Amino acid sequence: MGFFTTILGQIILRLLETLAVLVPLLILVAYATYAERKALAAIQLRKGPNVVGPFGLWQPFADAIKMVMKETIIPTGANRALFIMAPMITFGLAMTAWAVVPTGNHLAVADINVGILYLFAISSLGVYGIIIAGWASNSKYAFLGALRSAAQMVSYEVSIGFVMVSVLLCVGSLNLNDIVLAQNGLWFCIPLFPMFIVFFISGLAECNRAPFDLPEGESEIVAGFFVEYSAMSFAMFFLGEYANMILMSGMTTILFLGGWMSPLPFVPFTLIPGPIWFIAKICFVMFMFFWVRATFPRFRYDQLMRLGWKVFLPLSLLWMVITAGALVAFGWLPHA
Amino acid sequence: MSDTAIREKTTKTVEIDSHAMNFGPQHPAAHGVLRLILEMDGEVVERADPHIGLLHRGTEKLMEYRTYLQNVPYFDRLDYVSPMAQEHCYSMAVEKLLGITVPERAEWIRTMFCEITRILNHLLNVTSFALDAGALTPSLWGYEEREKLMEFHEAASGARMHANYVRPGGVNRDLPAGLDERILAWCDDFPNYLNDLEGLLTNNRIWKQRTVNIGVVSAEEALAWGFSGPNLRASGVPWDLRRAQPYAKYNDVAFQVPVSRNGDCYDRYLMRVAEMRESVKIIQQCIAKMKPGPVRIQDNKFTPPKRAEMKRSMEALIHHFKLFTEGFHVPAGATYTTVEAPKGEFGVYLIADGTNRPYRCKIRATGFSHLQAMDKMAHGHMLADAVAIIGSIDLVFGEIDR
Repeated sequence: MGFFTTILGQIILRLLETLAVLVPLLILVAYATYAERKALAAIQLRKGPNVVGPFGLWQPFADAIKMVMKETIIPTGANRALFIMAPMITFGLAMTAWAVVPTGNHLAVADINVGILYLFAISSLGVYGIIIAGWASNSKYAFLGALRSAAQMVSYEVSIGFVMVSVLLCVGSLNLNDIVLAQNGLWFCIPLFPMFIVFFISGLAECNRAPFDLPEGESEIVAGFFVEYSAMSFAMFFLGEYANMILMSGMTTILFLGGWMSPLPFVPFTLIPGPIWFIAKICFVMFMFFWVRATFPRFRYDQLMRLGWKVFLPLSLLWMVITAGALVAFGWLPHA
Repeated sequence: MSDTAIREKTTKTVEIDSHAMNFGPQHPAAHGVLRLILEMDGEVVERADPHIGLLHRGTEKLMEYRTYLQNVPYFDRLDYVSPMAQEHCYSMAVEKLLGITVPERAEWIRTMFCEITRILNHLLNVTSFALDAGALTPSLWGYEEREKLMEFHEAASGARMHANYVRPGGVNRDLPAGLDERILAWCDDFPNYLNDLEGLLTNNRIWKQRTVNIGVVSAEEALAWGFSGPNLRASGVPWDLRRAQPYAKYNDVAFQVPVSRNGDCYDRYLMRVAEMRESVKIIQQCIAKMKPGPVRIQDNKFTPPKRAEMKRSMEALIHHFKLFTEGFHVPAGATYTTVEAPKGEFGVYLIADGTNRPYRCKIRATGFSHLQAMDKMAHGHMLADAVAIIGSIDLVFGEIDR
């Protein structure tokens, strides 16, 4: 055991831990694209990818190889350095966020006591990748997409923040592990049901997913902020977007759906290890994402802003006050 | 005063704080090859300037060099979403100039396929409109239904899209055995699809937010801009050529002409869905009232004789030879013939000079007059609304650019 207590050993241990999170995550991301295509196909009476491998299961790898082989085109007039940097920021941030996500009891790379603030900060930084991409592309479509995206992400972060505060009031800790443990017996999606809905919808907006996929609004601004991207730089945006979706599903799971805990607290279910429950819940939320995408038309830019500022913000503020009031009035405050 | 002084007094410098955006021709919502120069103030459209002609093939000129029968396929390729309605219009124009009447059964088949074409067209329009507004699923469901309709096209004419089925003097050939039952079975099934479609869209809040009060055209404006078809009826003008000047068998079938009042994108959508329901009823009536009989005029001046006949009749052989070398001659005259095509009033102004080829053929494209109101409709709306408006007025560039 001596080696792992030295500095070098610690570094290697950390690297291994990081790999243990990132590799399954990347596979999950790859198969999220496959799952989305299959889910959409099923809803739309199609087959979806079914040629590459059994049930098209190798499709994500085929796509990845295609992306790597393609030529990276940097448009003339683009700011080369920023143009290349933008997808790296998006992708990097999407990966970094996973450092604090607990997949089981105290099973996180960094079990820090301000985990939720860290997540919030990282997801707020995500907008930089998009803004830089939109600006550096030197294209009107990309620029419009970037502006839309910036406005949208900032707006919905505000209500996400208030939703998180309501949860924190009930938990009394910023540690993600504690947040999950506090839901033992009663998941927060039941007492805080309106907040759960607000969080889910804001999550859709935060990830730029339909019906809030305005930044990339295909029929309006073609592909939005990444319209000029190709090959691997495009793939990084794409992967980053799906990693963010998984992260948002993970956050929904941690804040409202009892994280890694079994939904039924008795024997055959509690024997299943936490990470499996965690991934299963993520998959469920992801499916909701796909389902919404297949069902709804896209919002218009001003309608989306109105929903964010005039509906969700007052609602989440009000519910936060109600939560705080109820906790004080009934003496349910944690650590009181 | 000098020229410069006058100019300084009469003109003023205006700061234009807008940017132009080149929307199309390669754009997912350009419905083919629309090029729209949008002058935008942020996300708000200040001016929409449609540029057309990118799909111009000179159809009208080409027609002057082909015989009347050879010209039929050009009409399939105008509005390639509703081919048979246009063939029908052209055939009617030629028949009017020739002074011939079409057998009963052919008229029923034409009426039926006109309505099948209408559904074919409205399905594509409504669902691609939804796609423009970001709803992915209706279009895929719609393609399933369109596929079935195209199979009917194929069964009758041998081609899925460019049917070339309606000819001057009737239709190319009789319906294959069993097709009427297949169509009837489909007619029973199709309203369920429409219910599903409406379930996804009609009362969907987001869909309504995206379409209600977008691109409003009043009845007067619609008439002034030359609107027709569902777009005109959405503005509250009850004008349908099938009712106003019935042709083919529209006098003998019962159907409603849906009319709405608001003239916005939502009403244009509702019109098309309602028309599809009516079309199903017309198709059912056509099949019920259809009787066996000839499907082409029994005159070998216009209809090629039977193969078997040609083996023994000199006259038949001559007719065949004449028809397939120079075609039939049309007496001098002019006609403007219109039909209620799915998109609106489709007209053919045909001038014959007594030869076997038209002297001039001017086609009244439906979408042309709708597109010219684009600036009027899109002004002051947002970029996303401009896309919705394009979707709602049902543009196909094969027809507009000709």
